[in-house]
Amino acid sequence: MTTAGFVLFAISSVIAFFSAIATVGARVPLRAALFLMVHIISLAGLYLTLSAHMLAAVQLLVYAGAVVVLFVFVIMLIGPASETKPTMKNMGIRLVSLIGMILFTVTLAFALVSHAADWVAIETSFGTVEAVGHELYLNTLVPFEVVSATLTVAIVGAVAIARKATEFEVGEAKAARQATIDALEEARQEAA
Amino acid sequence: MEIGLGAYLGLAMVLFGIGASGFLMRRNALIQLMSIEVMLNAVNIVFVAVNRFHPADHVGQIFSFFVIAIAAAEAAVGLALVIALFRIKKTVESDNADTLRH
Repeated sequence: MTTAGFVLFAISSVIAFFSAIATVGARVPLRAALFLMVHIISLAGLYLTLSAHMLAAVQLLVYAGAVVVLFVFVIMLIGPASETKPTMKNMGIRLVSLIGMILFTVTLAFALVSHAADWVAIETSFGTVEAVGHELYLNTLVPFEVVSATLTVAIVGAVAIARKATEFEVGEAKAARQATIDALEEARQEAA
Repeated sequence: MEIGLGAYLGLAMVLFGIGASGFLMRRNALIQLMSIEVMLNAVNIVFVAVNRFHPADHVGQIFSFFVIAIAAAEAAVGLALVIALFRIKKTVESDNADTLRH
């Protein structure tokens, strides 16, 4: 690893660590979203130290450009109610799960951190758009198409869940409900 | 000190732990969704790091590419659910998502 790579790793990992804590700990969701963006940009720096240039660009485009903006849109849409008061509800079980998670993390982190591997020499094309695109379109074309279909379905589903029912749909539902009530009433009178 | 694969794996594990702790401790559905994003990103670091140390092909990078795509879909659906919850309950606290409880 070069000295520049070491410096980039040190800066990116420290920023990633603290911005992750700030994201999950922020009181105000808008601040959490902005810290999430800082976190994502520092991860793009980490990808650069691993020679994954294309993935660093995708990370910035998709996460910082789309996901964080989506979060900010929703926070703006919900308004002041997006900020919730700290609650002590279920505090016992939450603390127990937190302690368990910390123990799990520390154990695995100490087990993994001693894992050593050689910095294998790489070709200059490693991680470039050309090499990754070659791999993507030659070896993983079917999963790639499936992912695009999944994204389309997810976006249509998101619209269907989030939108209000139209007046026509509300009227139709009311009419169907009334028809059921009428049919039940009729059946009851016939029985009587 | 030489930075190796272990440093990346340890960092990814710590970030995953932070995300999971946030998901378990916080009760704000928006922040819980952001914690999920932190966890998914931690997994991506592992894929890319291991790929760098086994550079015969780009399978790890392709895999994290797919993870990014699925995470975007997950964020869209999750935020739509938060909006639907807010419309019914006028709050984004995940404890209030108990309409199906009898």
